[in-house]
Amino acid sequence: MKRKDEKRPCFASHLAMNLERGFHIMAMTDGNRSYSVRDMIKENKKKQSGQQIMEWLMPKLLLLTATISILTTIGILFTLLFETFIFFERVSIVEFLTSKEWLPWDEKTGSFGVAPLVTGTLLTTAIAMLVAIPIGLASAIYLSEYASEKARKMLKPILEVLAGIPTIVYGFFALTFVTPLLQKFIPSLGIFNALSPGIVMGIMIIPMVASLSEDAMSSVPNSIREGALGLGSTKLEVALKVVLPAATSGIAASFMLAISRAVGETMIVAVAGGSSPVFTFDVTKSIQTLTAYIVQVTTGDAGYGTTVYYSIYAVGMTLFVFTLAMNLLAQYISRRFREEY
Amino acid sequence: MGKLIDKQRVVQHMNGRLLRNNVLKFLFFLATLFGLIVLVVLLYRIFTQAIGWLNIDFLNNFPSRRPENAGIKAGLVGSLWLMVIVAPVSLILGVGTAIYLEEYAKKNRFTDFIQTNISNLAGVPSIVFGLLGLTLFVRELNLGRSILAAGLTMSLLVLPVIVVAAQEALRAVPNQLREASYGMGATKWQTIYRIVLPAAIPGILTGSILALSRAIGETAPLVVLGIPTFLAYLPRGILDTFTVMPMQIYNWTSRPQADFQHVAAAGIVVLLVVLIFMNSIAIFIRNKFQKRY
Repeated sequence: MKRKDEKRPCFASHLAMNLERGFHIMAMTDGNRSYSVRDMIKENKKKQSGQQIMEWLMPKLLLLTATISILTTIGILFTLLFETFIFFERVSIVEFLTSKEWLPWDEKTGSFGVAPLVTGTLLTTAIAMLVAIPIGLASAIYLSEYASEKARKMLKPILEVLAGIPTIVYGFFALTFVTPLLQKFIPSLGIFNALSPGIVMGIMIIPMVASLSEDAMSSVPNSIREGALGLGSTKLEVALKVVLPAATSGIAASFMLAISRAVGETMIVAVAGGSSPVFTFDVTKSIQTLTAYIVQVTTGDAGYGTTVYYSIYAVGMTLFVFTLAMNLLAQYISRRFREEY
Repeated sequence: MGKLIDKQRVVQHMNGRLLRNNVLKFLFFLATLFGLIVLVVLLYRIFTQAIGWLNIDFLNNFPSRRPENAGIKAGLVGSLWLMVIVAPVSLILGVGTAIYLEEYAKKNRFTDFIQTNISNLAGVPSIVFGLLGLTLFVRELNLGRSILAAGLTMSLLVLPVIVVAAQEALRAVPNQLREASYGMGATKWQTIYRIVLPAAIPGILTGSILALSRAIGETAPLVVLGIPTFLAYLPRGILDTFTVMPMQIYNWTSRPQADFQHVAAAGIVVLLVVLIFMNSIAIFIRNKFQKRY
C-alpha cells in the first residue's frame, strides 16, 4: 500500500532538500516495511524515467496513427491504379473512353465504353442538383437572414436528421413511394428510371447545401448588413445583393461538394435507377450509374480474375477521379475566392 | 419647379419591393419546410408499411424465402459485431490522429498535407472504400468476408469524420487549462492525458457516436466486399462471415414479391430505432457533460 502523498513531486523534493541538509530521517512506516528517503528518491526517479519514456513514445505512436490516413489514401490509389492497369492490358484505354457501348458480360464480344455509365451518373446528378441547389440555397437564406434564433435552433436539427438517414432507406423510399407517385403524372415512367432516384438523392443532399451555404452566409459580418439596411434596403435586397455576393465562394464550394456527393452516391441509384447501361438522356428510362455498376458486379458472381472483375476498378477509378476533382475544386474555390472581412 | 421627391412614385416603388420581400420570404420558408415535410412523409410511409410485420418473431427469426417467416436477427447481431471492430479501431486511430495534429504537430508542410489528405478522404465515395477493402483486406490479407475485414474497411471510412470531430473538441479546450497544468510541473503527455482529453471527451464521444451510426447505416462498401445477405446462423468470432441490417434491407427491397417490401420496411424501422437510440445517447452526452469554457 502506498500513501497518497508519495505521488506529489513537491513532497518528495522537500524531503530531498532535508536530506541534503544532512538529516537522515526514516520517511514513513508502511505496515511492516519502512522506506528510507533514499529509496523514495530512487523510486521517484524510476517513475520519472517511466514518464520520460511516455514523453518520448507517445508523439511517435500518435504520429503513427496520423500516418494511417495517408496510408489509406495511398492504398486507395495503389489498389485502383494496379487493378485498372490489369484491366487496360485486356481492354484498350481508347475503347474505354470513346466507345458508347457498355456490354461487359460477354468475355468475347463484350464492349467496354464507359460513356453510358457516365451519362447515367451525370443524369441522376443533374436531377439531384436541380432539387438540392434551389431548395438548399433557399433554406440557407431563410435560416441565415430571416429566421429568428429560436426558429433556427429548431429547424436546423430537423434538416440534419434528413442527412443522417441511411441511403438504403432513401433507395427503398424512391423505389416504393416516389416512383409510383411520379408514374401517376408521367405514365411512361419505368419502374426503374433516372428521375426518381435523382429527386430523392437531391432531397438527401438538401441539408448539406443548406448547412454549408448557411455557414458561408453567417460568416458575412453584420455591419455590412446593417449598412445596406441603413441605406433603405429590404431584407430580400440585403440577402440577394449584399450577403449572397459576399458569400459566393463558400456557396459555390458547397455546390461542388454536393455534386461530388451525388456522383458517389450508391444505394439510391442501385435500388431505384436500374441496371441498363444505355447512352441516353431520357430521364424516364432505366439507366445505370458508375456506382450501380460496381454494385451489380459485386452482388453477382463475376469470378475473380475475369475482365468484368477488373472493370469495376476502372469504373471505380473514374468515380474517384471525378469526385476528387470536385473536392479539390471546392477547396480551391473556397480558398482562392474567399472574401476576408 | 418640379418636385424633387414624388411621394406617390416612391410609395408605389416601395410597395413593390416590400411585396417582393414578403413573397420570397414565404418561398424561402416553404423551401425550409420542404425537407421537414419529406421527412414526415418518409417516416409515415415506412411505419405504416411496417405495421403488422414488426413483432418479436421478426426480431428473432433468420432470413427466409417466405416473407412471413423472415426476420432480422442475423442482421441485428451482425451490426453489433461490426461495432466491436469499428468502435475501438476508428476511435483509437481517429483520436490519436487528432491529438497528434492538435497538440504535437508543428505547423509545416507535412501537417498541412495530413490535414488536406483527411478532408479529401472524407469526400471519397464510400463504395471506393469498399474496393480498397475488397483488394486489401478480403484478398491480400486473406481475411475473407469476415467481420474483421468489414470492420477495418468501415473504420477507414469513418476515420476522417472522427478525426475532424475530435480535432474540434480538442480545439475547444481553452489554453489556460494546458498552461495551468504545465505550471504545476506536468509534462506534455501528462497534460494531454489528464487535463486535455478529459475536458474534450464529451465532444469526442458525441462526434464519434454520430460517425459510428453512419457506419451502421452504410451499405455500399459491404456490398462490394461481398458480405452475404442470406445467413441462417450467428457469427461466433471476428473471423466468421456475417450480415448486417442494411444488407438485409437491400436484399428484401430488391426482391420482386410485394410482401418483401413490408419486410424491408420492418427492417428499416429496426435500423432507424437503433440509429435514433445512438443519436439520443450522443445528444444526452452533449447536453449533460459538455462544459462551456
